Amino acid sequence: MRAFAHLLERLVLTPSRTRKIELMVHYFRAVPDPDRGLGLAALTGDLDLVAVKPALIRQLVAEVTDAELFGLSYDYVGDLAETVALIWPAPGGSDAPLRLSQVVAALDGASRSEAPAVLRRLLDGLGPSQRFAALKLATGGLRVGVSARLARQALADFGGVEVNAVEEVWHAQASPYASLFAWLEGRGDKPVSRVAAPFRPVMLAHPLDERDRAAIGPRDYLAEWKWDGIRVQAVAEGGARRLYSRSGEDITAAWPDLIAAMEFEGAIDGELLVRRAAHGGDAGTFADLQQRLNRKSVSTRLQQQFPAFVRAYDLLVDDGEDVRALALTSRRERLALLVGRLDPLRFDLSPLVPFADAGELERLRRSPPHPVIEGLMLKRRDAPYLPGRPKGPWFKWKKDPHVVDAVLMYAQRGHGKRSSYYSDYTFGVWHEGELVPVGKAYFGFTDEELRALDRFVREHTTDRFGPVRAVRAEPGFGLVLEVAFEGLNRSGRHRSGIAMRFPRIARIRWDKPPAEADRLATLEALLPGSPGAPTP
Amino acid sequence: MRPDELLRPRPEGLYCPPGDFFIDPVRPVARALVTHGHSDHARAGHGAVLATAHTLAIMALRHGPDFCASRQAARFGESIDLGGVRVTFHPAGHVLGSAQIAVERNGLRIVASGDYKCRPDPTAEAFAPVACDVFITEATFGLPVFRHPDPAAEIGALIRSAEEFPDRTHLVGVYALGKAQRVARLLRDNGWNRPVHIHGALKEICSYYQASGIDLGDLRPATIEGGGRGDFAGAIVLGPPSSFASPWVRRFADPLIAFASGWMQIRARMRQRGVELPLVISDHCDWDELTRTLRDTGASQIWVTHGREEAVVRWCELNGISARPLHLVGYEDEAE
Ligand SMILES: [Zn+2]
Ligand SMILES: [Zn+2]
Repeated sequence: MRAFAHLLERLVLTPSRTRKIELMVHYFRAVPDPDRGLGLAALTGDLDLVAVKPALIRQLVAEVTDAELFGLSYDYVGDLAETVALIWPAPGGSDAPLRLSQVVAALDGASRSEAPAVLRRLLDGLGPSQRFAALKLATGGLRVGVSARLARQALADFGGVEVNAVEEVWHAQASPYASLFAWLEGRGDKPVSRVAAPFRPVMLAHPLDERDRAAIGPRDYLAEWKWDGIRVQAVAEGGARRLYSRSGEDITAAWPDLIAAMEFEGAIDGELLVRRAAHGGDAGTFADLQQRLNRKSVSTRLQQQFPAFVRAYDLLVDDGEDVRALALTSRRERLALLVGRLDPLRFDLSPLVPFADAGELERLRRSPPHPVIEGLMLKRRDAPYLPGRPKGPWFKWKKDPHVVDAVLMYAQRGHGKRSSYYSDYTFGVWHEGELVPVGKAYFGFTDEELRALDRFVREHTTDRFGPVRAVRAEPGFGLVLEVAFEGLNRSGRHRSGIAMRFPRIARIRWDKPPAEADRLATLEALLPGSPGAPTP
Repeated sequence: MRPDELLRPRPEGLYCPPGDFFIDPVRPVARALVTHGHSDHARAGHGAVLATAHTLAIMALRHGPDFCASRQAARFGESIDLGGVRVTFHPAGHVLGSAQIAVERNGLRIVASGDYKCRPDPTAEAFAPVACDVFITEATFGLPVFRHPDPAAEIGALIRSAEEFPDRTHLVGVYALGKAQRVARLLRDNGWNRPVHIHGALKEICSYYQASGIDLGDLRPATIEGGGRGDFAGAIVLGPPSSFASPWVRRFADPLIAFASGWMQIRARMRQRGVELPLVISDHCDWDELTRTLRDTGASQIWVTHGREEAVVRWCELNGISARPLHLVGYEDEAE
């Protein structure tokens, strides 16, 4: 339990993704089974314990502390579990340290009437930071910013295997993952997936470089539109139906309308999109799709307003036959037959884009026929379906991002090794003679440019609010940043009424006077539905 | 004689009318008794200062040699008469030279604790409770949630992290007087035999400790000598917390920020400071030590200052000891 409590604390306080992974790898090395597997399950939210109510914890602590002293402490600390962990009177954790597995077993096995005694015994037997961890486990409030994907990357690093290999077997595994660890340590065979309708690791594309363009031609490559939705795998096998995100997250529960239409036997790779019921069922933008994302369940109203569908582009399993080793052209033929039998409002085929040469593709890419297209996909006709990101068979060629000139308004210090630099910038554009903030982007420069920007911020600070500095920004003096972004949405949260998607600082325009930066009207014209927006 | 005829709060600090002196005054006064060298207790500009020799020396290092008009060194356990008031300095265990001050007249003894720490610490003279009628206690960590772990275990976590991430520089935030030296010494006593690097702001007081016979091992300046960032990979560097937000930290390899302080027990404080590795190492007593000391002094009255007065007063009430908050002004939440 000591190691787990320590890991929790370090994970919460460590901003860097790479360092989080390292911490987990070290934990997997240092801690034996089944504790490490339980720790893993706890981090990813897969440890299902009957939740203890905060009221019970309050009751227990009231038995051993003065109410006024507890109240003063709680006011100061601000978190119930933390206050109780620190104030609990027993010194704890000295002679026979409890293991995580013992704590989990105690919490798991306790009936409602036994729970108070079990919890009291645990609190007596653990040291303060372990009590905190145990209370967070017991109340189900463990939030450490570790996604299942991050945990799987840590497992892959721990075992020296590709993350795809872990993703492939992940769904067949359950806490405490003994056979998974045995395999990763070279003590056992790779576990086989026994789950019905399992996830298969997806094939990813490389961005198309200038150098790669020469190789692109209709003889070797197929082209199709790149749809701006989310990549999914729809699997229906042996009566089970599941929908996975591209990293293997099971997102079935949020898409009941789509699941009901999965009347096939196989595994389809495609883009999840929504239709706008109010606009004759046309494919909705990413903003429409967002209405339905990050929800555990979904209301009937939302399902009717934004019905989901899959624009299919590949087939991994066809009626029990694994077709991943076949060439793309054969897989697409089978896919077309399969999709042809499905409800066309729920599954359609991503159409091929005929082209003569790379020059024609270039023209198509610049003016796609639909606003929900974000570029082109180029796929080798003869390539099998390979997990990961193999170089060569698949390319993505995105539309050029939009670019505006904005003025630096605020700067904030970064994290980790950037914590001494002002590396996080809020910028604005002109509106009625004033600057209105339109977005925020992180550092994307060379070290030298970062230093120069940092110096500019420090030398021209006009005000400070905690870690944030306001920077001089006037028509005649200030710093112009060329900001590239993928798109715009309307937003009530920003004063400007717009929110940028994926903004990044493309260039620092030391040469440009702020008065010549862009106006809000320029951005408003790019909003979906406005007259200036790219037309379908 | 009533206690408040012997010592009473005034805007300048705690005042003794018959002896005509202040203890730890926050504004310039004619005669000051100073418990220890931390800046909110030891200000410059007084007429006469009475303090231990170490405290006087530390004040001279921080404020310059002319920090007061005249000075007198007090020795632990020796009484001095000031206008019919007997004054005795006793070790407080907080930092080198830190003292509790006992003030006596007509059979009434009041002890002003200053800041104090009960745990053994080779970098400060050992604290012992002083029997008295009225004990004026600090309350920096005066809430029952403050229960400091064994400092050896905390230092162990730092050493383990330095071994776990040999490519990173471990930057440990420490205040210049007391904490820096304690952490350096704890590193030595817990098996860290490599050099400890220090920020320039820590140099003077570390040298003073070493000249006073406290072994801190091999301390080196945290400056780059012809090398690159790699010089400090795997190193432990001590610096004042304020330096971490300055360009100074850029010389280090992927720094991991640690902070040695009693406040590091509270998660909100860790996050507020952007600390990756909190080290709960304090110059002050924790709740259990504080309440035990209140009993040990045998005092029938407790005056509480400098921190979370409310909770300490409540504890006294529960334990049948009369207590009141002093509401002295000018002392910050201890930056420790
Ligand atoms: Zn102090
Ligand atoms: Zn103090």
